[in-house]
Amino acid sequence: MLEVRGLSKSFGGLAAVDQVSVDVGNNEIVALIGPNGAGKTTLFACIAGFIKPDAGSVRFLGSDVTGLPPHRVCARGIARTFQITQPFARLSVLENVMVGAYHTTRVRREAAVRAEEVARQLGLARQLDMRADALTLAGRKRLELARTLATRPKLLLLDEVMAGLNPIEVEEIVRIVRAIREGGVVILLIEHVMQAVVSLAERVYVLSNGHIIANGSPAAITADPSVIEAYLGHGAAARLKRGSAHA
Amino acid sequence: MTRRGPILGGLGVLALIAYPWVFRSNYAINVGFLILFAAYLGQTWNIAGGFAGQTSFGHVVFFGVGAYVSTILQTAYGVNPWIAWPFSAFAGALVGWLIGVLSYRAGLKGSYFALITLAVAEVGRIVANSVPITKGGLGILVRADYGAANFQFRDPVWFYYVALALCLLAMFIAWRLTRTRFGARLAAIRENEDAAQALGIDSFREKVKCLTLSGGLCGAGGTVYVQKYLYIDPSIAFGVDKSVEMLLVAMIGGAGTVLGPLMGSGVLHVVGELTRDLGNMLPGVSNAQPLSIIVYGAVLIAIVAWLPDGLMGLFLRHSKEARRA
Repeated sequence: MLEVRGLSKSFGGLAAVDQVSVDVGNNEIVALIGPNGAGKTTLFACIAGFIKPDAGSVRFLGSDVTGLPPHRVCARGIARTFQITQPFARLSVLENVMVGAYHTTRVRREAAVRAEEVARQLGLARQLDMRADALTLAGRKRLELARTLATRPKLLLLDEVMAGLNPIEVEEIVRIVRAIREGGVVILLIEHVMQAVVSLAERVYVLSNGHIIANGSPAAITADPSVIEAYLGHGAAARLKRGSAHA
Repeated sequence: MTRRGPILGGLGVLALIAYPWVFRSNYAINVGFLILFAAYLGQTWNIAGGFAGQTSFGHVVFFGVGAYVSTILQTAYGVNPWIAWPFSAFAGALVGWLIGVLSYRAGLKGSYFALITLAVAEVGRIVANSVPITKGGLGILVRADYGAANFQFRDPVWFYYVALALCLLAMFIAWRLTRTRFGARLAAIRENEDAAQALGIDSFREKVKCLTLSGGLCGAGGTVYVQKYLYIDPSIAFGVDKSVEMLLVAMIGGAGTVLGPLMGSGVLHVVGELTRDLGNMLPGVSNAQPLSIIVYGAVLIAIVAWLPDGLMGLFLRHSKEARRA
């Protein structure tokens, strides 16, 4: 469904994303993890059209979408959320979601019905008339998700929708993401909350210093020495192993 | 909106229609015209600046271009002003489109966009001052030839009604922006352009469309001004004071609201008229004007300081509290 090939993007002399290739198949939830500054968000921005990559290609459903502007990428069926939530602050929750719903219809009533339905699905039914800047962080994350979902995407790029939430809120979002997948939407997510990654993703890519260093099932990834070293530093895997041998 | 909305709106329109019959003096009718006309121009600013967040500091350029286009067509080519009028709107729209394409293509936003519009208006003033077709700094006098066929009315009440019609038209367009996809997209762009693009909005296109619409409406206003005063010169057509008045009435009343420009214009003109003769009431003051301007300025500062969302903000806050109670 999504094929990223040899994607590279440098800022000044720093290669934020370097020769990255990622595949997402039909009906999959794929996670992208990695330490801070690994290039995850840059990769997302390249796929969604916010940053033009220096090299490489992005193909979606068989057609080339490399370097298209964001609204065109969205029209093809790829929608992203933002790591730092970007609500339309002075609009109501319903109006926020309607902006997304207007992507598929120009009729106000239809957009309102669709928006309400999505907001309800995400547990925002009681906040419909509230101004977006009055929402809690968890509320904003849901709003971000609702707005994006209202465009009826085929592929959702979720950038840390669970960061900063408490375990109960994470549990709820995990349930929502699963329900979205049941609805036939493919999901690629950036996440630090391993509880979510392990319970949601079928496959995991690990990005470190702009490179993909590993990919596989969550269980395989968490046991991979190179992944552990990427997070904890050189030699950490060996020390951990010694530690567990003593126990 | 509540069910009382349409009723109150209808009563408001009736009151504005009846106004010249209640206050019959030429002075009252001319003040009424000035309020409605400034509200109209303010609304054209509001469509771009308030609804789409495209804050312009040189909106007068559309007014000026519109004023000159119909006036030159009329005086140099003998075109009937009614027929010349749509050309003014078209010229304003064209200038709006051009400014939009050039500055949005270059990625100019916020204060940079404001400065570009300010600069374009200044260019307009300098050009109008120096080319023969505008008769330079002398300005163009339109020969008085009163009659409805010539879009010239001796009785000021007719211009009052022209301004009222334009004002209601612009308000209707602004109201539509609160109910349509185009309006929702403009609001999204105003609030957060990146997020708007992520949701499939072609922000460049929508912003250009909006500025074209706003420029066209504002250009149509230029013709009305010249037909009323039968005179135009570069400093009237492209003066900064008019740009400031447009954004001021909208911001005082409440930017991004349908009623804001009309309320702002009403308050500003009433305060202006009331403070005009203030100095003369004090003994020993020979020049009253500075005092009037100081008081006028103080009122403006007070409104901006305590009502960041304008008068409509105050009004909406009250009605919300009333509903909650």
